Amino acid sequence: MTALIRRTLIVLVRFLVGARADWRGCAPVTTQRIYFANHGSHLDTVAVMAALPWAVRRLTHPVAARDYWGRNAVLRWIAEVGLRAVLIDRKPVRGEDPLGPAAAVLERGRSILIFPEGTRGSGEEMGPFRGGLQRIAARFPAVELIPVHLDNLQRILPKGSLLIVPITCTARFGAPIRLEPGEDKGAFLRRARQSVLDLVA
Amino acid sequence: MSGPLLHVVATILTILVVASLAGFVLERRAKDEKAIATVRNLNARTRSWWVMVAVLGGAIWAGATTTILLFALLSFTALREFWTLTSARRGDQLALFLSFFVVLPIHYALLLDEWYGLMSIFIPVYAFLILPALSTLSGDAKEFLARSAKVQWGLMLCVYAVSHAPALLLLETSVDSRLLLVYLVVVVQLSDVFQYVWGKLIGKRRFSPNISPSKTLEGLIGGGLTAILIGVLLHGLTPFTPLQAAGVSAVIVTAGFFGGFVLSAIKRDLGAKDWGYVIEGHGGVLDRIDSLTFAAPLFFHIVRYFWAA
Repeated sequence: MTALIRRTLIVLVRFLVGARADWRGCAPVTTQRIYFANHGSHLDTVAVMAALPWAVRRLTHPVAARDYWGRNAVLRWIAEVGLRAVLIDRKPVRGEDPLGPAAAVLERGRSILIFPEGTRGSGEEMGPFRGGLQRIAARFPAVELIPVHLDNLQRILPKGSLLIVPITCTARFGAPIRLEPGEDKGAFLRRARQSVLDLVA
Repeated sequence: MSGPLLHVVATILTILVVASLAGFVLERRAKDEKAIATVRNLNARTRSWWVMVAVLGGAIWAGATTTILLFALLSFTALREFWTLTSARRGDQLALFLSFFVVLPIHYALLLDEWYGLMSIFIPVYAFLILPALSTLSGDAKEFLARSAKVQWGLMLCVYAVSHAPALLLLETSVDSRLLLVYLVVVVQLSDVFQYVWGKLIGKRRFSPNISPSKTLEGLIGGGLTAILIGVLLHGLTPFTPLQAAGVSAVIVTAGFFGGFVLSAIKRDLGAKDWGYVIEGHGGVLDRIDSLTFAAPLFFHIVRYFWAA
């Protein structure tokens, strides 16, 4: 039953936003990965998940903000059951690692999808990456880091709008990057952000 | 299945089998890279033709409702392709949302309801007036005329014009109305196919390099004449005499040509090569139905004025 609902959700998203995958720098294989993408709208989590083939999708857990996806029972159910998401607190209690639940998923050998900007940018410009990506990369050096660029999401569902315009969203998957030994945190985050920007058509 | 229709189905299947076999042989013979790329694209096109024939043929066989719903889906996809390439501003969000989720469904619902009078004016009059009116509420005047025109063009091309193909099913003539739809689609698509084939075989003079670099004068004339000949041979599907069929086919072919041409011009303007990616080898839905957008309304009106009861 859950499988059927998941399938329906993905078909619905593909109908609404096209969710086309363009594998530029890597292949859609089940290698353990950290996918990191630009953040354009609340739809981006579902857009990337819908673009992944089933075999990859079932092993990939999007990391989503609890303050949005945990807002009510329906959203929470879509996130946790429909998308196999892990919900995190964007403003955690002091001393706790906000990405702790995501790390736990990686420990189990699964892949994750994160949005290092943390919050949706207001315009077309991509915001700076926050430090979580670097901490995760340092903790799991063997896992491939795959940049993902999503286009058109601002146009499909702009911030503050409730109306969807169902144009095609393309998810472009780039070549894996790695955290180099001794690489400065800021330099790595800028390089990671640039690897997403480089995927713009 | 009636006699002429059986012939058409048998012929289409024969053409597809021959094209698939020819592609198989050509793929083995192709040596240099350019030839291999051309053959690959040709074979991808043939494979897609099998799917398109099966889907459209299946829908027409299943009945009017299924056919209308299939065209509604094609319109939806075409409109999505149109707006994926065309720029819009935040102030257009409401007009675009309504285009996809209100105007398109209402237009096709009117068709399902066989309410021709309202269907024929709903988009050209009411969507035309109401959508820009609602857009003013966003308070953004920048490029307002151009933006409103794009909204209307998207609907007219992708929804209104395209829907005249399934609208043929409403017409009562001396033949089964489904045959008219088959006739239109076969003539218009074979015109495209034969323009491509003649162009590849003997094409020399570029017709209009700025708009459609692959179109040649030889392809155009050869493809057009071949399609008119097919239109005459298939007159048994229609209420036309052979001479009338030649005239009607000439209209379909000319309109179809300009449909492809106008949509190519828009594509060049937007800086794109294809409208989309959903049909392997062809590009998007709009790349495949561009000629139909112009041919369908003309064919519909000709049949309705001169042959419908």
